[in-house]
Amino acid sequence: MTNLQSLITNLPGRLGEPVEFRGEVTVMVDRAKILDACRYLKEQCGFDMLTDIAGVDNYGEDPRYAVVYHVYSLPHRCMVRLKVAVPEDDMVVDSVVSVWRTADWHEREAFDMFGIRFRNHPNLKRILMWDGYPYHPLRKDFPLAGMETELPETAVGAGRVEAAPMLGGPFVTTPGAGTAARREPRQADTSAERADKKGAS
Amino acid sequence: MSDPVVIGVDQKIESRDLIVTRLDAAVDWCRKNSVWPMPMGLACCAIELMAAGASRFDIARFGAEVMRFSPRQSDLMIVAGTCVYKMAGVVKRVWDQMAEPKWCIAMGACASTGGMYRSYAVVQGVDRFLPVDVYISGCPPRPEALLEGLMALQRKIQQEAALKNMKRSDQRGGLYAMPQGPVIVRGEYAPQMGDRRLEIGGRK
Ligand code: SF4
Repeated sequence: MTNLQSLITNLPGRLGEPVEFRGEVTVMVDRAKILDACRYLKEQCGFDMLTDIAGVDNYGEDPRYAVVYHVYSLPHRCMVRLKVAVPEDDMVVDSVVSVWRTADWHEREAFDMFGIRFRNHPNLKRILMWDGYPYHPLRKDFPLAGMETELPETAVGAGRVEAAPMLGGPFVTTPGAGTAARREPRQADTSAERADKKGAS
Repeated sequence: MSDPVVIGVDQKIESRDLIVTRLDAAVDWCRKNSVWPMPMGLACCAIELMAAGASRFDIARFGAEVMRFSPRQSDLMIVAGTCVYKMAGVVKRVWDQMAEPKWCIAMGACASTGGMYRSYAVVQGVDRFLPVDVYISGCPPRPEALLEGLMALQRKIQQEAALKNMKRSDQRGGLYAMPQGPVIVRGEYAPQMGDRRLEIGGRK
């Protein structure tokens, strides 16, 4: 462990002291130096496995976003976590695909869900949502129910995504007896909605 | 001759016997006992669909054991699972490739209404883009519920005006009589954890 400490002290772009919590070490890294830091970890310290890259939205804070890298070393059997702060007005981070190839899909996911762009990524496009989807749904200011969106090519609801009916939140039911239509307001709601649509068309 | 005759596999038709029936009834009878499903297994419900096909529940008893993974050869699309918007186009395309006459079962809460996924990614019920004939409640429905849904569909097929629909192939679902519209199956099947079960497991 002391070995790991000394290695991390020399980490390029390190900001502040490493924080240890329950045996897990977290280091803040300068956004401009993340590629150097990752290359250093892999080539000098034997951190050969990238476990995960995650985007984080700290809504209301500044800088708002963060990218978190979990890196593991199979020879040393230890893990280190790097964090990069990403400001809202310049959401670009260097891609680390050139260091660990597995970063490809992780970075695409962070791009898809949060809109963080990765510079020099070989194929930065959406991975979960479809191409052309206009939002980044894991941002905190995006409603869980979704937003009205055009849907290319399919016939779903005449090519539209509709916000899911929430009525105050998921799992809204009224306890007790009675028909399902009475207990689940959502069910009663859509039937009315659809009747409206039928009437209109 | 005025008594209605129920034809079943357990009755022997002697060579000299004569059956008089409507052609519609005969065609419907053939169709309803040879429904070939297109298993559109999208999520966990598909596991129950597989169980319904296996020996314990044995969907073959209803003539529906031939799961066809080609839409050209199947009559019934069983949408078993959560359908997201990204998948909806694929499901719709497969449905469009199926030849008439065709039917659709929405199996489980997700396929019927979006289920517990009130979210930006999930289609809130496959009936937004497919004409669903039978909805099956449950999360997941037990295989018995799927079988009940299949039986409900068979009753529905038996009511159809088969010959009329052949001429108007663009229009589906002309019915002679009830049931009108979709059938909703509320399967409430709790597992029976009685003594017999334990004996089968050999652990009692
Ligand atoms: S209804 Fe339940 S079991 Fe079926 S796909 Fe949805 S979550 Fe899974």
